[in-house]
Amino acid sequence: MEKAAKILKKPITSTLIAVVCGFLIAGVIIALMGYSPMEALGLLIKGVFSRPKYIFKVIEKSTPLILTGVSVAFAFRTGLFNIGAEGQYIVGSVAATVVGIKLSFPPIIQIPVVIFAGILAGAIFGVIVGFLKARFGIHEVITGIMLNWVALYLCNFVVNSHEFNKPSNSKTYSINQSGYTTILYNWKSSKAGIEFLRNNKWLSDILLKTDVNVGFLVAILVAVLVWFMLNKTTIGFGVRAVGLNPFAAEFAGIGVKRHITTTMAISGSICGLAAALTITGTSPHGLYLLTMFENVGFNGLFVALIAGSSPISCIFSGLFFGGLIYGGNSIQSGLGVPSEIINITIGTILFFVALTKVVPEIANRLAKRRENNA
Amino acid sequence: MLNDILPILGTMLMYSAPLIFGALGGVVSERSGVINIGIEGMMTFGAFMGAAVGYYSGNPWIGFLAGGVAGALLSALHAIASISFNADQTISGIALNLIGPGLSLFLCRVMFSDQTVTYPVQNKLPKVFGSIDITVVIALVLTAFIWFILYKTKWGLRIRAVGEHPAAADTLGVNVYAIRYVSVILSGLLSGFGGAAMTLAVVSQFSPAAISGQGFMALAAVIFGKWTPFGAYGACLLFAFAQALTVNLGGVNFVPSEILNMLPYVLTIVILVLFVGKSVAPKADGVPYEKGMR
Repeated sequence: MEKAAKILKKPITSTLIAVVCGFLIAGVIIALMGYSPMEALGLLIKGVFSRPKYIFKVIEKSTPLILTGVSVAFAFRTGLFNIGAEGQYIVGSVAATVVGIKLSFPPIIQIPVVIFAGILAGAIFGVIVGFLKARFGIHEVITGIMLNWVALYLCNFVVNSHEFNKPSNSKTYSINQSGYTTILYNWKSSKAGIEFLRNNKWLSDILLKTDVNVGFLVAILVAVLVWFMLNKTTIGFGVRAVGLNPFAAEFAGIGVKRHITTTMAISGSICGLAAALTITGTSPHGLYLLTMFENVGFNGLFVALIAGSSPISCIFSGLFFGGLIYGGNSIQSGLGVPSEIINITIGTILFFVALTKVVPEIANRLAKRRENNA
Repeated sequence: MLNDILPILGTMLMYSAPLIFGALGGVVSERSGVINIGIEGMMTFGAFMGAAVGYYSGNPWIGFLAGGVAGALLSALHAIASISFNADQTISGIALNLIGPGLSLFLCRVMFSDQTVTYPVQNKLPKVFGSIDITVVIALVLTAFIWFILYKTKWGLRIRAVGEHPAAADTLGVNVYAIRYVSVILSGLLSGFGGAAMTLAVVSQFSPAAISGQGFMALAAVIFGKWTPFGAYGACLLFAFAQALTVNLGGVNFVPSEILNMLPYVLTIVILVLFVGKSVAPKADGVPYEKGMR
């Protein structure tokens, strides 16, 4: 009994319960529609794991989600709700594209410069939100939402401008190739590479059909760094203190306002990084016209919330999220169930994540009952 | 001069109605102490059900009501989670923002031969005074009605008390849970109306882009309007006015349209900095109430 209570109290248990509940409800909906839920689950799993190409596609899709998730999670720790992650991601991609097209250095300079441009743009949008909150007390949700739209139109402005528009296309030119972070980009299309890949099916499946890039490794590194910063440094201590109780923090001499601005700068720069890595790492290596939000930043909210705002857990919830989105397509193509079932599933999981505060409570009750009986 | 201004005002009123419904929903819910970030999801579901029922019944009013009921159903989930289960209200609301559009598009594909748009409704909601949507009038009346309820009736006093200091209200015999349930479900009803106002009055069908950010704008309007019905109403008019400006100035050549499109959002931030300042939420907003808690 005691053991059961202990297991129930672990955060991972309630998350897993939420995931199972989400799948169950999605299964019921699929069954009500007259399809077989098991078949759908099988297709989903196949769509993610059955070929190396799929696995790498999932990793590619997950990379920006992990980073925007880490960004949102970090802001959460200061008690800030960074709904502006979407806009910070968009301006990051705008800056990376503009710089990547305009400048042409050798890769060793070009790549850092392009990525730095993305980070800087994201940070600036983050700082605006943080500064307005710290200086004027304007709610971060309002400024975040407004700046999302500003970023969207900024992106479309660049896409439509003479300077960057690829003629008769609703997208920009690609950035200069020296800025690509796709792994073995040149070798893939070289003679030796083609020859080698012809004899190696497994590798060619991955290298030629996906944009394998360094982004995923960077994302893991950033998640670990942010975890370290939060838990092992003075800044992180301040951030957590402000998040837990701003009044106590202020009283203890921790500058609440300064921390709000700093947090948003860091949070925004992580979103900018996510965008820059997408631009340098995956085709089309540029911007395209946005008729609606792409939700990379908004999905970061889900990733962070499912991860319980822990940067390390964001790696797993990001992969999970990316897998569901990518694998969901195979449910639609294979079974005819609308792929929106995936959104419903994720939403339901999140809903149960909100509910699962109850689980530790049940554990407490179990423990108490035991005490009473003893 | 008047001929220049009138079309802008007309467009403003047209765009404002869905926002106002959503914002009123936000006001009611948050005044009772429950944060409602899920307005966007509820509006989307309301927009879909409004258009779908409006199409199948042929009567836009039945569609409008169905939209409200759809929003209320979703908000009931939010109410159960955040009131009975003490769930994190932000997470639950965001979950609804995923479930609402997901469910809408899912059902849309099922009901409308695998398409993500509904067939256009035969009859839209009627217009009054020439060319003004009736939803504009309903929105204004509802704003006044909710203002009256909140500030002039004992029900309103209870809603506000529960949002500021639930424990004190509880001591005086107010049923905190019941008041919050009613407020949150009412909030969903209003948001659903907002969605239906979009698909039954502004346009005549549901599409994935029908509700794109209006729920979040409504959320901003709630905060901008300092959690009061008329404050939120004014904020919505302002957002809609800025939007109308960009629509009507669309023909001007010297400013790129994308830059013009940014105007409403930049304007909002500027106005907040210059005139409005700090916004303070109801004291117990977002805090689950547990009996006996200190």
